[in-house]
Amino acid sequence: MGTDMTESTGGIDMDEQTSGVVKKFLYVNRKAPYGTIYALESLEVVLIAAAFDQDVSLAFIDDGVYQIIKGQHTKNIDVKNFSPTYRALEGYDIEKLYVEKESMDARGLTQADLLVDVKIVTAAEMADLMESQDVVMSF
Amino acid sequence: MLHTVNKSPYERNSFDTCLAHVKKGSAILLIEDGVYAAMKGTAPAKKLEQMMKTIPVYVLQPDVEARGMQSRVLDGVKMVDYGGFVDLAAEYPTVQSWL
Repeated sequence: MGTDMTESTGGIDMDEQTSGVVKKFLYVNRKAPYGTIYALESLEVVLIAAAFDQDVSLAFIDDGVYQIIKGQHTKNIDVKNFSPTYRALEGYDIEKLYVEKESMDARGLTQADLLVDVKIVTAAEMADLMESQDVVMSF
Repeated sequence: MLHTVNKSPYERNSFDTCLAHVKKGSAILLIEDGVYAAMKGTAPAKKLEQMMKTIPVYVLQPDVEARGMQSRVLDGVKMVDYGGFVDLAAEYPTVQSWL
């Protein structure tokens, strides 16, 4: 995915030299959303990469698939429901979300259970995706 | 790609998920509690033996020794020290940490 150099940089003056390098970043999410801080921290770092106009992909494997389940209501556990943020990623040009089929099947989930559009891939395809990256960040 | 696993295979699925995503040309390095996956005569070691037909498997020696497991490491698994860890991280273009 190409980046648009004419896009607003939030008032920061970036020249071609400093803004020109675009790397492929993959964020691998393997934890359920509220039991640990991993999922939220991942999301924070993803948004940072987006601010730097990088080529960002997200992968959801194992319990990570629970991060993007529809119908999360966290009011009664007193933590922020950050699941709507996944729907906002599109607005930051982050549109490559991959979910592993084996992890979905093991949990009895289908695409209809997810709150965002994703590409469902096999573990073998996920392995290829990982190999094609410049940087892999694990959460 | 270098894959590292730092969790016991008996407590978490990190090891199994790692094995499901390793491709030829990659390597696995077991660190911290991940080293328990490399112990002879265990279920995870059986899976590692299969893997080792195509890819190299390493364990971090200080972590093995700290746990008193040095005499139980599966044959064919290579021991590395911290310097070896750095060499592996430099040798492969990317690292995937299975946490």
